[in-house]
Amino acid sequence: MRLRLEQREKSSPWLNLTLPLIAIAATLVLCGGLIALAGANVIEAYTVLFASTLDSKFNIVETIVKATPLVLTGLAVAVAFRAKFWNIGAEGQFLLGAMAAVFVGTQEGLPTWSLVPLMILCGILAGGLWAVLPAILKTRFKVDDVVTTLLLNFIVFYAMMALLDGPWKDPLSGYPDSPDILMDAEFPILLRATRLHLGALLAAVAAVFVWWLMRFTTLGFAIRAVGESPRAANYAGHNITKVIILTALISGGLAGLAGVGEAAGLHFQVMAGISTGYGYTGIVIAMLARLNPLGVVPSAIFFAIILTGAEAMSRSTGVPVFLADVIQGTALMTMLIALLFTSYRLRVSLTRHG
Amino acid sequence: MNETTPILALRGICKSFGAVHANRDVDLTLHKGDILGLLGENGAGKTTLMNILFGTYAADAGRIEVDGTPVTIDDSAAAIDCGIGMVHQHFHLVPSHNVIENLMVGQKGKYGLLDRAGAEARLAKIAEEYDLKLAPNALVGGLTVGEQQRLEIIKALFRGARILILDEPTAVLTPQETEGLFKAMRALTERGLGVIFISHKLFEVREITNRMMIMRQGAVTATLDNTPELTDRQLGELMCGHELTPPEKPAVEVGRVLLRLSNITAGGTPERPVLKDVSLEVRAGEILGLAGVSGNGQSQLAEVISGVLPPHGGQIEIDGEVLDRPSVKAVKARGIGRVPEDRMGTGLVTTLPLSDSMVLPRIDQPPFSRYGLVNRAAIRDFVKEQVERFQIKTAGVDVRTGTLSGGNLQKVLLARELAWDPLVLLVAQPTRGIDVGAGEFVHRQFLDLRARGRGLLVISEDLEELFTLSDRIAVIFEGRIMGIVPAAEATAQNVGLLMAGFQEDAA
Ligand SMILES: Nc1ncnc2c1ncn2[C@@H]1O[C@H](COP(=O)(O)OP(=O)(O)OP(=O)(O)O)[C@@H](O)[C@H]1O
Ligand SMILES: [Mg+2]
Repeated sequence: MRLRLEQREKSSPWLNLTLPLIAIAATLVLCGGLIALAGANVIEAYTVLFASTLDSKFNIVETIVKATPLVLTGLAVAVAFRAKFWNIGAEGQFLLGAMAAVFVGTQEGLPTWSLVPLMILCGILAGGLWAVLPAILKTRFKVDDVVTTLLLNFIVFYAMMALLDGPWKDPLSGYPDSPDILMDAEFPILLRATRLHLGALLAAVAAVFVWWLMRFTTLGFAIRAVGESPRAANYAGHNITKVIILTALISGGLAGLAGVGEAAGLHFQVMAGISTGYGYTGIVIAMLARLNPLGVVPSAIFFAIILTGAEAMSRSTGVPVFLADVIQGTALMTMLIALLFTSYRLRVSLTRHG
Repeated sequence: MNETTPILALRGICKSFGAVHANRDVDLTLHKGDILGLLGENGAGKTTLMNILFGTYAADAGRIEVDGTPVTIDDSAAAIDCGIGMVHQHFHLVPSHNVIENLMVGQKGKYGLLDRAGAEARLAKIAEEYDLKLAPNALVGGLTVGEQQRLEIIKALFRGARILILDEPTAVLTPQETEGLFKAMRALTERGLGVIFISHKLFEVREITNRMMIMRQGAVTATLDNTPELTDRQLGELMCGHELTPPEKPAVEVGRVLLRLSNITAGGTPERPVLKDVSLEVRAGEILGLAGVSGNGQSQLAEVISGVLPPHGGQIEIDGEVLDRPSVKAVKARGIGRVPEDRMGTGLVTTLPLSDSMVLPRIDQPPFSRYGLVNRAAIRDFVKEQVERFQIKTAGVDVRTGTLSGGNLQKVLLARELAWDPLVLLVAQPTRGIDVGAGEFVHRQFLDLRARGRGLLVISEDLEELFTLSDRIAVIFEGRIMGIVPAAEATAQNVGLLMAGFQEDAA
């Protein structure tokens, strides 16, 4: 028996839907092996993992709260990857967005009504402009964007730590926590007695916006064309530098907005652990969603379940929480393999040679 | 095996892609010493059939016999094992490696070591036997297209091919290079190889083959022996199934200058430019042909006119207006249409849907978009209309562009520009890879533009095409315009001399 890949004339919509599900199933099976190795009952562990996040209204809302930044970083990556601008820097853009929000949100003397919109605006700009930097390096000087976007994350992170250890250090407790934002700067709560904040709404709007942008605007068209063939796009009159820089601005802006949401809706300050790798998880989320902006939403919710559920699972079955990271990594790999089948079909021939 | 057993036989090959039947019940036989010409309209299924033979695609039905024994060809390695070699239209070489290294790619040596000396010896033997010469240490990136093709043929022979498939090998060759290729093909068949030769140039097929097979819509419509009585006309009609009428070229009054290049230097470095002091004029109602051996600055000239390559010096004037800062946008806005030579690289995006490729240069203008918002319905209608008008064979408007056949891709590029009724149309190799019927259609479109007072600049290596189309022929050599000859006075002789770099008065 021999297997071969053959190119499809067009990718089928049915596959676009089922492949991520198959990838998830494969991931859970593979990671089930690890759970068993850790000495726990696989079924029980997975039951706890999913049930703990979905079994009550409170837990469901908490899962959505967790998914909020993930939707935005997932979108950030999805937009950038469409243009083949390899933005691995959503993490840093997220942190800058959060810092910008806190900077604005702690300013006394601004009209109270202007605080929230200003925080959103500044957060988006901070993240967006930070992403433009590697975009310029890429288009002007052909510097590899994977490397620059990744390294810029560390610059932001350590700059933030310096800030938290210096000017923003809490004078009383001495903890590396920034001062709290003003009450008026806090994101409104959407559902009484929960932590569901304005950020969730912004994330949903952003998903629809990015979908619309990619599908119905000439910029979206140009992003796709530049991503697929920069040479042909250039010859057809599309300005590659402009398209990549706009893409970076949008991508970084989305990641920055994620940071604003976390700072203004959840923690009301920045601290060292404000991001638990949301920018990196965004990459997995975007890939699982096949870079489809609407697909990012369920994909982010799935990872929110994994991330929060893993803690409950760990508590009740003793499997280390790190399993959440393993699941993320495995999902990325299975999805990358599955992606092959959206453009190729597998042909099996049963006959042998001559 | 007796003398009459064909070295290759295909029986009842069928292959569909979705709703498209690319091959229907195809039979083919090839004997030792045969050169079989494979003819057919664009999208007739020639490349698909060869890809099945070479193991790129799996047939839905049918079988393959080599030397009378049924074989299964699952991939190219299996095809090579069976003694089948293929030279694709797009070469599969490693440009940063030299000739000998390219030959050794995929070869397994003893203990994983590369046997360089052995490879060089075999290369020398092949060069000797078939008159296919290449320097073993030449870097492939620096070879001409003709030399790269020679390397592809050597590679096939190196791997022991006895059956050689050449898919439109002459499309990218100069007439001299084609002669060289034919000499090698004859040497191959004298030594008992069988060759399958695909071409849309009928005179070539008549010159080199001994048998021909004609395909239409995936099926074989005729198999015939090559006889001296056969004419291009007859063959062409067999191929398209209807009569061919070469377009008339009426006299047209020549009007104002639409495109003027004055003293353009461009490409390379400002000190050593590729284009040196080029001046040209294209007037309304005129087709200016640009003749020259490829690589003498034609592509740079096209890039300058289309705004991709900013010149070091000189000026571009479109319809009386001097361009201060030429750019693709500025040039396009003033009505210059452009059909690039390199379909896959600079023309189309093979991975995007056909409809996207078709509006790629015009997406930012109505009716395709307004205020930055695209109108998908308008795009669909436009693409459907063009597919209809140019008879582009495709399974739909949203299939991946890359699945179209070579000639159909060329039609997409032409349709995309002609739809805009350009003021000046810049086309490079307009009929490369397209079938005779479609070629006539394209020529008619060009003459129609000319009759309506538009200007055309046609860059072609095909002198015959230039002679029939052009009003004047400019000849480029090493980045200079050697001379401009009115079509009435142009002969293969005087244009040929200019192409080789001899100025008329000097000669
Ligand atoms: N991978 C594919 N997916 C879908 N359709 C395909 C694919 N490959 C080829 N086709 C279709 O099959 C038909 C035959 O294509 P093929 O490339 O064999 O034509 P051809 O005879 O070589 O034409 P040309 O002279 O233009 O090169 C075309 O209609 C083409 O669109
Ligand atoms: Mg073909």
